[in-house]
Amino acid sequence: MDIAQVPQTIIFYLEPRSGVAPYMQLVRQVQHALRLGMLRPGDQLPTVREVVSHLAINPNTVLKAYRELERAGLVASRPGQGTFVLRALAGPTAADQTALGAKLDSWLDEAHGAGMDSQAIEAFIAVCLRSHSREEIA
Amino acid sequence: MEALRARRLSKRYGDTWALRDCTLNIPPGRVAALVGPNGAGKTTLLHLAVGLIAPTAGDVEVFGWSPRRQPTVVLARVGFLAQDRPLYRFTVEEMLALGRRLNPRWDDALARRRLSAVGVPLHRRTDKLSGGQQSQVALALALAKRPELLLLDEPAASLDPLARREFMEGLMEAVAEGGLTVVFSSHVLADLERVCDYLVILSAAHVQLAGDTDEMVARHKLLTGPRCDGESVGKVHSVVQALHTDRQTTLLVRTNGHIYDPSWTVSDVLLEDVVLAYLRAPGVHALPEPQVVSDSEWIP
Repeated sequence: MDIAQVPQTIIFYLEPRSGVAPYMQLVRQVQHALRLGMLRPGDQLPTVREVVSHLAINPNTVLKAYRELERAGLVASRPGQGTFVLRALAGPTAADQTALGAKLDSWLDEAHGAGMDSQAIEAFIAVCLRSHSREEIA
Repeated sequence: MEALRARRLSKRYGDTWALRDCTLNIPPGRVAALVGPNGAGKTTLLHLAVGLIAPTAGDVEVFGWSPRRQPTVVLARVGFLAQDRPLYRFTVEEMLALGRRLNPRWDDALARRRLSAVGVPLHRRTDKLSGGQQSQVALALALAKRPELLLLDEPAASLDPLARREFMEGLMEAVAEGGLTVVFSSHVLADLERVCDYLVILSAAHVQLAGDTDEMVARHKLLTGPRCDGESVGKVHSVVQALHTDRQTTLLVRTNGHIYDPSWTVSDVLLEDVVLAYLRAPGVHALPEPQVVSDSEWIP
């Protein structure tokens, strides 16, 4: 098997001890590549067999990741051809980033004022993020 | 139709139960791992599924067929790799010829393609091959039968890490081709998440937990907080493991919904941690499984 002969758009990897389910790791790697412009609309994702023989991973995991990406409208599978990127993922605009950054800055001032150090703030944000995403699911 | 279905399956040797009241439903297309300590009943379960031994009580079905009552139907659909990989003193070529004669659905091209991909010399006697090559021959022969269910007993136990990886690659590629359900027993917990999507934890002849691995991981959480007896958590969630210091309590729980109590810090767990917690607490087999099989479902 010669990887160089196949036009590779993305090479997946797995972090075994990350605590993130393998299928979700694949989903996030695609999202990340889309945000960074490494994957563009029209690009083909590796076939399930390519990923399987590269990572020795369960094909059902790859299929689950691709289904998840399809449900999010990011990719589409064409029967007999493969899975293709439909749209890019935009990060926040520069203006949004500035506005959000300013708000976060003043929030951080308050947090420091309340006696929280960086570690405490990180832990607090992790908890808030988790409960927030739970609310979104519910 | 489930690929493998067991209902209160039990096997007793003398006065020792090797497997007791094992109830399982492994859906088709899955890669299921059987994990548990030595003597937990993994090999017994596989031997019952392939019809090598008869159950003492209960029954087992493979795609709806009984391995003991309909052996020809079942054996045509099942591939089995025993732990000791018996390969005899034949050349690989001779093993292929044997497989061709014994199996009506034999796919010789598939076996040859697999063996050449991993560089196994066909003229070599199988007992002169390396352990990794032997396991590749055994896998190629088992797959050339075109089984719908492949059962493997500790397939990679004696292999070095590279050979193990190559073996798993071959196995996963076969699953990617479609139409194959795999059930394998394993001691090795480290890369379970990578290869299996269904997990059965066996302990002391009992099924402790069985279900989809992603669901299993999502439902189990590690709670840390100030020392307590964990009783209030136990009213809503199932505590699998509790560790206490003078000031702190750490609980591994199978959740039934949110953890609302803000005094707990909730963390995600690895599949390996879940498995270890259950294996350390063999008494926790009374827990309802993630995929609960109600008794009524079994009444014909």
